[in-house]
Amino acid sequence: MAYAAIADRDHTHPLHEPKSFLTRYIWSQDHKVIAIQYTITAIAIGLVALTLSILMRLQLGFPHSFSLIAPQNYYQFITLHGMIMVIYLLTALFLGGFGNYLIPLMCGARDMVFPYLNMVSYWVYLLAVLILVAGFFVPGGATGSGWTLYPPQAILSGSPGARWGIVCMLASLATFIVAFTMGGLNYVTTVLQARCRGMTMMRMPLSVWGIFMATVLGLLAFPALFVSAIMMTLDCLAGTSFFMPAVSSMGQPLGYNGGSPLLFQHLFWFFGHPEVYIVALPAFGIVSDLLSTHARRHIFGYRMMVWAILAIGCLSFVVWAHHMYVSGMNPYFGFFFATTTLIIAVPTAIKVYNWVLTLWRGDIHLTVPMLFAIGFIFTFINGGLTGLFLGNVPVDVPLSATYFVVAHFHLVMGVSPILVVFGALYHWYPKMTGKMLDDTLGRIHFWITFIGTYMIYLPMYYLGILGLPRRYYAWDEAIQFIPPSVHTMNKWITVSALFVAAVQLVFLFNLVWSLFKGKPAGGNPWRATTLEWQTPDTPPVHGNWGERLPVVYRWAYDYSVPGAKEDFIPQNVPPDKLAPIGHAQGQK
Amino acid sequence: MILACAVIALVIGTVLFHFLSPWWFTPIASNWTTMDDTVNLTFWVTGAVFVAVNLFMAYCIVRYLHRKGTKAHYEPENKKLEWWLTIVTSVGIAAMLAPGLLVWAKFVTVPAGASEMEVVGEQWNFSYRFPGKDGLFGTTNVRLASPENPFAIDPNDPKGQDDVVVYGPEVHLPLGKPVKVLGRAKDVLHQFAVPAFRVKMDMVPGMVTYFWLIPTRTGSFDALCEQLCGTAHFTMRGRVIVEEEKDFQAWLAAQPTYAQTRAAAAGDVTAGQASYAVCSACHGAQGEGNPQLNAPKLAGQAGWYLTRQLQDFKLGIRGASEKDQYGKQMVAFAAMLADDTAVKNVVAYISSLPDAHPQGTVSGNPSKGREHYETCAYCHGSGGQGVWSTNAPRLSNMSDWYMKRQLENFRQGVRGSHPQDFNGAQMAAMAKSLTDEQAINDVVKHIDSL
Repeated sequence: MAYAAIADRDHTHPLHEPKSFLTRYIWSQDHKVIAIQYTITAIAIGLVALTLSILMRLQLGFPHSFSLIAPQNYYQFITLHGMIMVIYLLTALFLGGFGNYLIPLMCGARDMVFPYLNMVSYWVYLLAVLILVAGFFVPGGATGSGWTLYPPQAILSGSPGARWGIVCMLASLATFIVAFTMGGLNYVTTVLQARCRGMTMMRMPLSVWGIFMATVLGLLAFPALFVSAIMMTLDCLAGTSFFMPAVSSMGQPLGYNGGSPLLFQHLFWFFGHPEVYIVALPAFGIVSDLLSTHARRHIFGYRMMVWAILAIGCLSFVVWAHHMYVSGMNPYFGFFFATTTLIIAVPTAIKVYNWVLTLWRGDIHLTVPMLFAIGFIFTFINGGLTGLFLGNVPVDVPLSATYFVVAHFHLVMGVSPILVVFGALYHWYPKMTGKMLDDTLGRIHFWITFIGTYMIYLPMYYLGILGLPRRYYAWDEAIQFIPPSVHTMNKWITVSALFVAAVQLVFLFNLVWSLFKGKPAGGNPWRATTLEWQTPDTPPVHGNWGERLPVVYRWAYDYSVPGAKEDFIPQNVPPDKLAPIGHAQGQK
Repeated sequence: MILACAVIALVIGTVLFHFLSPWWFTPIASNWTTMDDTVNLTFWVTGAVFVAVNLFMAYCIVRYLHRKGTKAHYEPENKKLEWWLTIVTSVGIAAMLAPGLLVWAKFVTVPAGASEMEVVGEQWNFSYRFPGKDGLFGTTNVRLASPENPFAIDPNDPKGQDDVVVYGPEVHLPLGKPVKVLGRAKDVLHQFAVPAFRVKMDMVPGMVTYFWLIPTRTGSFDALCEQLCGTAHFTMRGRVIVEEEKDFQAWLAAQPTYAQTRAAAAGDVTAGQASYAVCSACHGAQGEGNPQLNAPKLAGQAGWYLTRQLQDFKLGIRGASEKDQYGKQMVAFAAMLADDTAVKNVVAYISSLPDAHPQGTVSGNPSKGREHYETCAYCHGSGGQGVWSTNAPRLSNMSDWYMKRQLENFRQGVRGSHPQDFNGAQMAAMAKSLTDEQAINDVVKHIDSL
């Protein structure tokens, strides 16, 4: 097996033993430290995006009450909110954060296969974040062209930040993609090459499967965004016309000629749709492990789950133009993309069924991670089903660009993955720090976040059906079809959003407080089977496994095996250490 | 247990909200009822799945909640169950997709004999063109766009001469006749969306897009831009009036052709001077304005703007509000200009008057005002010079006390609330971002320094 070559470097010293505080915590090549660096940076920039969303909601709920939110500011806020949440928070956190932490530990490796590259990946990511933030301070401010950055408006003077703001945005994205590529190659290579003995692909926990497939998608999809960023930068600074046809701006003809705005949209969504699954697949994988562990039951239909991840990953590359049904592309494309889009619902539905069937006949412990996992299922069912509206072309046409879309994508790729992030942090924080997060604060955090987000987005579907357009700074009385009840609802939505935002501070407090005052966790507080809970030290020390690498004898889901003494059998327990029992070895 | 109750409550709440919420599609006004049907069908299918799966989950949470001494059931796979679920799901998906594709097949097939209308998008307004008697549109080239030729029609193309041009956001359509709507944009992406019609399409510079519909109900319907097109996107508004064929034909016949707009003679300064005698009593002999008489400076203002305002006063679009005391005065004076030629003449004379900087009268904080002005600059230009394509008049060198009063009027709905005053409504929406009187003073002070 290919993995043996690297996995068997058992007794040789790891190459990058830290020697000082600086190499241990700052210029660290240890995947666990890099994971935490990624996580903290992603959460920090995520808080910026959260603040922006609150400013947006204040404007929408209480229009014209805040002089610091002028129309151009509002458009800057929506743009940066969207971009940060999708790329700099969720992508970075799932792959750079959880990917880094979990892949070596769950696969039984000492570290990523390219530790130095892994370190560089983080620092380049941080640079990308800094360039992004710099965009707020350049002349003209940040770009306000929407997170989709559609040309021509992104680089013409009718939009905020059309000169330097957009250039910062594009430079930051290109830098992020460099960072992602370094990290991504690492994750893929580590999964393929550095698994310990016995860890076959079909024994890997679904977390690793989800992160692995998401990384593969990222490596294939991000280049499309990278070239678009370069081309649009050239259009903006060098006067090329990749995306720019002959246009005028403010009544004055410009020198552009012959380019295609639709080309950008195709490139953007060729990246942008797989990006949805870059965020969703790690969430799918992680939530599977949370459900299984806390329901004390194997994940239902493991092989089907793996195939569903692969199928979703492949299909995600042939659905992109469902974002473009009313873009002016040849409408005949609608037939193809509606069909592929609805087909992708089948493997997605199978995953949902299998999560629920994992609870069925389980032994459910409603721990905080489990609450978030179940909250995820509910939210994802709602957000996923409304995707069937928007994927089906004639249903999409009246709903596109309305609040229906806002509700759908926030529930399906905003709230759902973030609920998994929270569940995962409650679940793995004990391994990362050796301390449990506070349970009561965790429950408060869950209930307000779960109920609050649903109260924010459920009404938006119906506002969207009415026809309320998204990306509007305000809806004035001149629009006849918008009744006053819409404005009242907007106030309520804003109030819900304020509650949800406030309770995130409770979570942050919990993260810091528990680090010092939390209950000691022990090595395996959730009595879980996967390898990261079987490390000799908690938190795991450099090199993870002490003298000898673990050897894996079974799949990741031997919970409640009939006849076994405990209700879980860790993956590295050899068969001869068990009482002679029926099919305790589970999957081959 | 609380969690199971919460899930059940959320399911029930969602279903109740669905049926009780006051927000649903606006009454349809086109032939695309099939789109509403597919939406309803999708609601039924997905709603059933939503209820069933979540209630089953709630059942599982109650039934299989941890109890001492119980153990989870060990059954890694259940091929039969998994296949059944896959098949049932696929059937459900097909049941939604198939009707959807059939509706779309209609959408992509424009009926033979559909008439054509072009909608043109530009930051931040709609305008419209009909092909005229020959049934063909003249070619366009965005480089030809000017205040005299806003549609950028090639003047040498014979096909374009009879094109009927509607330079304004309101258009009429005949009832019950299929119409193919062609979309064109001059600067950035826009979208022509009429919620009551259901269908919509982006307008993309460099290409022509299309969709079609049959209006099925007379009335007045909002048109909106639903593709982010810049800072004033949310004010980009239009209106479609659906009426009986003969009313539509009468309306169409009253609109100018491209050739007519080109042939219109320039204003006569001498004739204008005679008419201006009345104006000069308040606005001053040199159009310099007179704050005591509440008459703003006119000299230096763009001719297209003066023309439009005079027409609006004449039509009662401006000065309509009871609270617009000075506007009402102006309505009476504008009525003295007999026709469009008279308006044009007097505007030509005003344009010949010397432009001098008026005395500043408003005090405010110009540096705060500069920050507020960032919003204004998107339409009025960074130097306040005015931009014809955004319908934004010149601000620099104009009477500051007048701008202050108009900003207040816009904020309070005294100006810009007449249903035909589309540009005024845009300005009203924008003026509301100035949250108090101080902000108005500051921005006016800054404009005074431009």
